[in-house]
Amino acid sequence: MHRYFPHTAGEIEQMLARCGVSKIADLYSDVPPQLMLAEPYRLPAEMSETEVREFFDTLADMNRPLKACFAGGGFYDHYTPAVASSIASRSEFLTAYTPYQPEISQGTLQYIFEYQTMMSRLTGLEISNASMYDGATATAEAMMMAVAAGRKKRRVLVSATINPAVRAVVDTYARFHGVEIETVKETDGVTDLTDLARLLDAHNDVAGVIMPQPNFYGIVENLDGVADMVHAKKALLIMNCVAADLATLRTPGEWGADIACGDAQSLGIPLSYGGPYLGYLCATKALMRKMPGRIVGATTDGEGRRCFVLTLQAREQHIRREKATSNICSNQGLMTLFVAVCMSLLGTAGLREAAYRGHQTACYLLDSLLKAGRCRLRFPDKPFLNEFLLETEVDVDMLISRCMEQGILPGIKLGENLLLMAATEMQTREDVDRLTAIYKSLC
Amino acid sequence: MIKYSETHEYVRVEGEFGFIGVSDYAQKQLGNVVYVDMPEVGDELEAGEDFGAIESVKAASDLIAPVSGEVVEINEALEENPRLVNADAMANWIVKVKIADPEQLSELMDEEQYAAFCASH
Amino acid sequence: MNRELYGKLVFELSRQGRRGYRLPDNHIPDNFTPADDTVPEIPDNLLRRDALTLPECDELTVVRHYNNMSTNNFGVDTGFYPLGSCTMKYNPKINEEMATHRAFTRTHPAAPQQDVQGNLKLYHTLQTYLSEIGGMAEFTLNPFAGAHGELTGLMVIRAYHDSRNDRQRRKVIVPDSAHGTNPASAAVAGLEVVEVKSRPDGTVDVDDLRPLLDETVAAVMMTNPNTLGLFERNIPEIARLAHEAGALMYYDGANLNPMLGIARPGDMGFDVMHINLHKTFSTPHGGGGPGSGPVGVRAGLEQFLPLPRVEKIEAPDGGEAYRLVTESTEALGAVSATLGNFAVQARALAYILSLGSEGLMQVGPLATLNANYIKESLKDDYLLPIEGVCKHEFVFDGLRDKSTGVTTLNIAKRLLDHGYHAPTIYFPLLFHESLMIEPTETESKETLDSFIEVMHDIAREARETPDVVLTAPHNTPIAHPDDTAAALNPVTTFTL
Repeated sequence: MHRYFPHTAGEIEQMLARCGVSKIADLYSDVPPQLMLAEPYRLPAEMSETEVREFFDTLADMNRPLKACFAGGGFYDHYTPAVASSIASRSEFLTAYTPYQPEISQGTLQYIFEYQTMMSRLTGLEISNASMYDGATATAEAMMMAVAAGRKKRRVLVSATINPAVRAVVDTYARFHGVEIETVKETDGVTDLTDLARLLDAHNDVAGVIMPQPNFYGIVENLDGVADMVHAKKALLIMNCVAADLATLRTPGEWGADIACGDAQSLGIPLSYGGPYLGYLCATKALMRKMPGRIVGATTDGEGRRCFVLTLQAREQHIRREKATSNICSNQGLMTLFVAVCMSLLGTAGLREAAYRGHQTACYLLDSLLKAGRCRLRFPDKPFLNEFLLETEVDVDMLISRCMEQGILPGIKLGENLLLMAATEMQTREDVDRLTAIYKSLC
Repeated sequence: MIKYSETHEYVRVEGEFGFIGVSDYAQKQLGNVVYVDMPEVGDELEAGEDFGAIESVKAASDLIAPVSGEVVEINEALEENPRLVNADAMANWIVKVKIADPEQLSELMDEEQYAAFCASH
Repeated sequence: MNRELYGKLVFELSRQGRRGYRLPDNHIPDNFTPADDTVPEIPDNLLRRDALTLPECDELTVVRHYNNMSTNNFGVDTGFYPLGSCTMKYNPKINEEMATHRAFTRTHPAAPQQDVQGNLKLYHTLQTYLSEIGGMAEFTLNPFAGAHGELTGLMVIRAYHDSRNDRQRRKVIVPDSAHGTNPASAAVAGLEVVEVKSRPDGTVDVDDLRPLLDETVAAVMMTNPNTLGLFERNIPEIARLAHEAGALMYYDGANLNPMLGIARPGDMGFDVMHINLHKTFSTPHGGGGPGSGPVGVRAGLEQFLPLPRVEKIEAPDGGEAYRLVTESTEALGAVSATLGNFAVQARALAYILSLGSEGLMQVGPLATLNANYIKESLKDDYLLPIEGVCKHEFVFDGLRDKSTGVTTLNIAKRLLDHGYHAPTIYFPLLFHESLMIEPTETESKETLDSFIEVMHDIAREARETPDVVLTAPHNTPIAHPDDTAAALNPVTTFTL
């Protein structure tokens, strides 16, 4: 028998006898014979752990090691404390299911409650769920939430400055769910608020408006007056934000947003080529019962002890199966644990220090490139935190490939001569200097 | 006059108005009610269509309008204390509507028919 | 599991002035200032004003806090987890080691394709293996979870009908025993659900299905075996009828485990399917996530799969290479910003390699043997509503003796006292007291025997000392939480 299967030949005999059959095949007597597999899967033979390691080592060798990552675009190379990985690998957390039995799931329920508290404080909105896969699907869920809250209104406005990868997912959900999406124009790298006003005036069926912060180009947008404008039309303001930046930037709550959503990867989750990450979704108390997914609430047990349970779940399981506005049925447990541990270690000071250093390195990077010449900030007068769009006469493809030879990913190419560059607390002056040297060599 | 629907809503008719709530049988089935999702004053209800929802710890269900009509009042006390529905479902109506088509009442069950209906389900 | 409640929150351990981190030094002097006007300043009104209060803790405090918290949790590594339809099998440790390899964790999703050929090959390899196991032509691994896979699969089906200008097909037929997520996924995908009834034997009633199949039906969505653990033996007939009516067949892969080594959904006549890697392919459930829900399609539907896709090509040197397909007019669009939960995919690949073809062939049969063994051992005390062989799971309708007043909920809670996770309860909705048990292939006969003994003990207690069961649990970190209070006045964040 394989090492994962405990059955001995004798035990199988005894078990079959209990079942009143003579061979396992008899337990499949109801499967039409023409459906039965005629031969084993055409897959590799069983491997030992050593061989599995070798297989993965071969794959690993096909990846170029990444020493310094100046690519962002929604996903950033942040510091991950060893403690977070260690805690998240504890099997009591790792191998548990969704906490349906609160009596033996207080560990999971408790860290989700901590996570909800931290996200609520970070976004400035009262309610947080713990159930979104990533930032793009969280934004699509926020869209569906706005449409559900808006009753018969089926239109959602989205700023042109949102990350196109997020927009693509929102578009897919909207198309199938029957939501009309309209784009709010961009002017000089930021949302054109005159166009927003025009669209809000032109339609009477706007359920929500989605604004990014910072936007795809890394620009921190000034959203003065936006919430009032949106609320005047009884629509909801949804802000898609980079989670870590909210320790420093004006929060969705402070802007008057109703829903905040986005990716929480920036709070310490490793890049891992795109996942698993964690979407966050926070909302005002008024929208609490419109939230998709799982929410943990505090209560007391029979002996008066404080404890935690999944709450507001009757609705999602029993109601409106056919009229559901979300099909989310679990939580993103382990990733919320990961983020809760990271935030417990970093605290406010750590998040702000990381943001400060990212900003400092981004400024140093921009300054170095500008000094090297043949480039400029694409949107020169717009403030940024740690990411900016560089316009350069240098061949961007060549720059990326030369940099990668030294393990430096210099950014994301957004066009013939456009490079989106980001910095975090993880890149150093030396990394920047190496990148700049390569850049100079191509000037 | 009180009339009942097969989805366990009642409408108590007073002149041109109807007070809509859930039956005592329904509140017992639901158990502890924790939330009532109500429409807004001015909303138009359509008979047979849902106009809100009622949630308990163990279940939740749509509220289906027994008659069509415009919502003229909602029972705001339920926002603060949804368990009033458990305390007295008949007294604690959910919405008051201006009945659009009194004819629709004839399609609903009276007290006796409803009692028989519940007994058979 | 520690049966004393730990119960503290990290906010209560915070002390002003403590810290649990040191960030790397970026070697940029604090007095560095960019040349005049090169970097625009962030105006004050764009900065956060409200104070942010997060814990202030040293490292050991944080470590002990979460370690202590974890001891109040029950996982597969703690004990037997017979949760029906959830396939709580052993999660091999080598998978974790592979998924956390730095060569994979330190790759950015926007990295140039030539620099992440290993990642792309991993994706493509798993995709190919799943296609072999599912009897499909191609899989997308992009969906993040089972529910996300269902949604994606239904979008594929709509994209297919739309491409044929067959736009009136908006109905999805699901059996009344279906997982609750099915109708919700259909609704999100803009489809309308029509229920088809089960026969007394628990399988789909073909006569009830036949008249439902017309030109408005987009798909028939089924799991096989169904949620009662019964194989839908009429599946070839059902698939034929659906296809004749122009509909596609969707396979909800939640119950794929007992089919490993036995039969392939593609051969049963299914056109689109999803797989839960966190069930059948042993990736850890993580307290609810992250999961992964790859979606497979039969030949002829590949072009509708979401973008990006991974394609194997010939390298300039004649060797193999992989590339991303990011544009297509026929694809349904994107359901994710990236290629999905890559690190979860890595775990599933490690599992398939560890088992190999021979090992995978034994998964289904052993899972089915374990389930039948428990069923046959307990049906004297527990009510088995449908006799006959089951597959990976089965459903009891509570105790056989209905006079005790002991409910399925009571039995579930009493099991917690004995060191078992509860089965799935009150699902499927076909019975009032559903108790759904799925043991998986990784459990030994001793484990099953102990569980059987405890279940018999509980049945005896229900007859002799029912109060013990009615008031269970007695031996857990907390007991009888007040759900009503939690829902009436929800407290979802910590305040002092």
